[in-house]
Amino acid sequence: MARFIVRRLAGMVLVLFAVSVLVFAIFNLIPNSPPAQRLAGKNATPTLVKSIEKDWGFDEPLPVQYFETMKKIFTGELISYGDQLNVDERIVEGIPASFSLAIGAAVIWLFFGVLLGFLSATRAGGWLDRAITIGSVAGISIPVFLIATLFLYFLTYKVELFPASGYVPLLENPIQWAYHLLLPWFTLAILNIGFYSRVLRSNMLDVMREDYVRTARAKGLDERRIMIRHVLRNSLIPIITLFGLDFGATLFGGAIITEVIFSLGGVGQYAAESITNLDLPPLMAITIFGAFFVVLFNALTDVVYAYLDPRIRLGSSAQ
Amino acid sequence: MSPGALLSARDLRVGFATEGGLLQAVDGVSFDLAAGEVLAIVGESGSGKSVTAQTILGLTRSPNAEIGGSVKLGEVELLDASDAALRKVRGERIGMVFQDPMTSFNPVYRLGSQIVEAIRAHRGDVSKAEGRARAVELLDSVGIPDAERRVDDYPHEFSGGMRQRAMIAMALALEPEVLIADEPTTALDVTIQAQVLRLLEQLNRERGVATILITHDLGVVAEVADRVMVMYAGRVVEEGTLDEIFYDPQHPYTWGLLGSLTRLDRPRPKRLPQISGAPPSLLSLPRGCSFRPRCPHEFGKCEEMPGLEARLPDAPSHCDRCWLSPEQKREKRQVGGRIGLEAPA
Amino acid sequence: MAFEPQPDPALPAGEPDEGFPAAPGGVDAEGHNPWYLAYRRLRRNRLALASLALFGLIVVFVLAAPLWATHVAHTGPNTTHTTEKITVDGEKREVVDVEGKPIGPVWFGAGGRFFLGADGGLGRDEMVRLMYGGRTSLFIGLTSALITTILATILGLLAGYYKGWTDGIITRTLDVIWSFPVVLLGIALGTALAVGGLKIGPLELSGNSIWIPILIIAVVYTPYMARPIRGEVLAMREKEFVESAVAQGAGSLRIMFGELLPNLWSTVIVFFTLNIANNMLLEASLSFLGAGVQAPNSSWGKMVSLGAESIYTSPLLAFAPGILILLTVLSLNVFGDGLRDALDPRSKVRLTRAEAAESAAGGAI
Repeated sequence: MARFIVRRLAGMVLVLFAVSVLVFAIFNLIPNSPPAQRLAGKNATPTLVKSIEKDWGFDEPLPVQYFETMKKIFTGELISYGDQLNVDERIVEGIPASFSLAIGAAVIWLFFGVLLGFLSATRAGGWLDRAITIGSVAGISIPVFLIATLFLYFLTYKVELFPASGYVPLLENPIQWAYHLLLPWFTLAILNIGFYSRVLRSNMLDVMREDYVRTARAKGLDERRIMIRHVLRNSLIPIITLFGLDFGATLFGGAIITEVIFSLGGVGQYAAESITNLDLPPLMAITIFGAFFVVLFNALTDVVYAYLDPRIRLGSSAQ
Repeated sequence: MSPGALLSARDLRVGFATEGGLLQAVDGVSFDLAAGEVLAIVGESGSGKSVTAQTILGLTRSPNAEIGGSVKLGEVELLDASDAALRKVRGERIGMVFQDPMTSFNPVYRLGSQIVEAIRAHRGDVSKAEGRARAVELLDSVGIPDAERRVDDYPHEFSGGMRQRAMIAMALALEPEVLIADEPTTALDVTIQAQVLRLLEQLNRERGVATILITHDLGVVAEVADRVMVMYAGRVVEEGTLDEIFYDPQHPYTWGLLGSLTRLDRPRPKRLPQISGAPPSLLSLPRGCSFRPRCPHEFGKCEEMPGLEARLPDAPSHCDRCWLSPEQKREKRQVGGRIGLEAPA
Repeated sequence: MAFEPQPDPALPAGEPDEGFPAAPGGVDAEGHNPWYLAYRRLRRNRLALASLALFGLIVVFVLAAPLWATHVAHTGPNTTHTTEKITVDGEKREVVDVEGKPIGPVWFGAGGRFFLGADGGLGRDEMVRLMYGGRTSLFIGLTSALITTILATILGLLAGYYKGWTDGIITRTLDVIWSFPVVLLGIALGTALAVGGLKIGPLELSGNSIWIPILIIAVVYTPYMARPIRGEVLAMREKEFVESAVAQGAGSLRIMFGELLPNLWSTVIVFFTLNIANNMLLEASLSFLGAGVQAPNSSWGKMVSLGAESIYTSPLLAFAPGILILLTVLSLNVFGDGLRDALDPRSKVRLTRAEAAESAAGGAI
């Protein structure tokens, strides 16, 4: 197990390096316009462009440029040329809102996804299964901004049930925090509720065909116990991998549209504003951190996965 | 139901709705299993032997399945038993051992805990610790060395043969009256096969568990069975005592099975004889005898389905489905000095 | 046939939905070829057929854009009517009133002009814009899905067939792309390219070319399809028909495209269908955020983002394109599901893999 974790973490570092190189390439190497000009933004003065060129080492060899760029991002020296603000500081400011949104949505989608998937699989072929199946495919087909605008129009404007926007810090007022986040949570969760219930349903139907489920039945276990202890337990293992990827992706990258529409002021909204202003440094940093979260959570879930499957957990120590 | 029978099936029929139509996997199978007896059901893949076995425990129940006839355990009818009633029979009165010990245990739970689960499903008052002690005892009794320690191992830490022993231990956990072993040796190495068979035989002898042994391998049958039922395409084509089937087989399909046996007590033939052709699709069976297309001895009358009848005056329990006369059979089954099915011209 | 020991087909218990137990040996009784069987199964799936019909209707709708524009609406998608007045049911009305609020749906009140009203501020004909915007959305979805499919199939084939370092390089590269949240990578590329366009050798795209979002979306989604294809190729490589082709001295290309590819068709077709849906969603998200389709082009996603600005006064401007995206994506997803069930009703691996890929992909939108 220990060896597995070490190997997995070493792999993680390699992927992180590759990710940073790709981000560097996207923002600094894509041809057809001088990178300093692009970083400076649309209305930059020639003096600014000159100083950026020097500051980022655009006249130096590529490895030096790469190193300079990464140093800026990771030491908090990165400045947005649009509003002259420190990028990393703005990102840190946005983290409470972004994490609150992502974590709450993840809890909701995991709960409802597993519940609906379980109901659907254990009643496969029945009317409830059909209803859930149709609901799930609708859930994965509906664009996030359509859910968000529908919520806004009907639940905050037509019927004033919820606040339309804003983030209230958890420590300031937990009830207002949840109240303000409820619509964004569901907006973000609906898509994944659909996905997770579909994935779990098909996993469970596969597991139901396993020999050990037949064994469990032949032992005289009751159907509920078979479904929960044998079928659900084994079907959840692949869901964990999926969840790691999705949650990692949601932290910085997955919630942009939701954050924008509900004006939560998180990292995603910062990214969206940067697109409008064609302000590249914040995008560069957010992209790299966003990918880092995916890689990190992917590695973490691999470890959890290994722990949950004794064949992997004991595999390395037994030999 | 004949007196003394523990388990008895009458005209058991199992069909599955498929895209191509109704697939009649089992078509009118009847048998009696007496206490302490070993009944072997033999046949190729698709002959319906496993479906027969699984249907006894209601494991083939599904909206796509059509199940008819009767299976009685003592006075209890199993085919239309409620789920709750069936659950009481499963594990408690009938234990089952499956073909592949690799996949028949849940990989994520310790082997001992799966045995404890089987015990506690029926004996709610048994504590986990008592259950574990019982599991150790059981594993020990099926010949698993160091059972006290192995009981906490995961299934993947056991070898195939050990896992099958553990599976048998689990099936016997509640001392059922009947044990159904569905191809218990097929997935194992040859040397391990013999050990597992010996274990089954020993359990049958010592505990008097009536056993239904499902297999495709007549060699396995020869070692342990009291009576043999040969199935082909969902029907029983011949049944009798072990001696009757081995020394006086009446159905050409049985000859084929016997002929393809490797026998260590005879010189090995140059080429192992085979039954030519493939088993028929159950969705489009030939008219009359199902074995007709593969049978070198078929004649006009075979277009009519022969009944399963005793055709020998001095052996009332030896039945078969073949129109040939006993004399013809005795002559035609001789191939190169031994029993076999000659290759078609 | 040799009398080989074979287990009985294990018959499933208690699974009412997932098809029927296989006939022994998996042979169809009447010996029809698999495509015909798939067609027959699909024909029985009314939901899938209805979805296909809905998708067809949407395609007809967007294809009819020029006809509607010239013969009914008498205006183009980018023509502004800010100061104009139209006669609706005999009553003169302003297209955009003094407060800047556009006229709502007038249906056929003005002979088909401003059928769904005008869009915010500029007074452009919403119906015409919807039809033209849909062309862009569908075009991007279809083209990028086609590119993804071709790229992923080739990469999956190469990686699965050659294994070794070829596989290593391809898989690792795809892993890096896979590591980015989909929308974030799309935004990064979209914004970077929107600034200066793209120039690789002879290929030169201006910053507002719709080929930029097409290429971005195609690349971003390639790993999600290439991975499962590689897995299938790896599994298939060990099969007898490949070994016998190798034994007969067939070349690598022959084996990859002559032996392996034909066996991948059903996967490829299903993925292609689901890809169109996913890609349209991503395009909409990117365009909504301003990192997709750039002016003067428009698409449904871009229209929603414009409409969202006046959500409380003219909700239709955001809802109409949003609902059209939903209907298109929904019809493709349902049809794709039906197609998969029809082509391979018992496929386990493929089902979960495809789902997993979809999920991982979709989770990041």
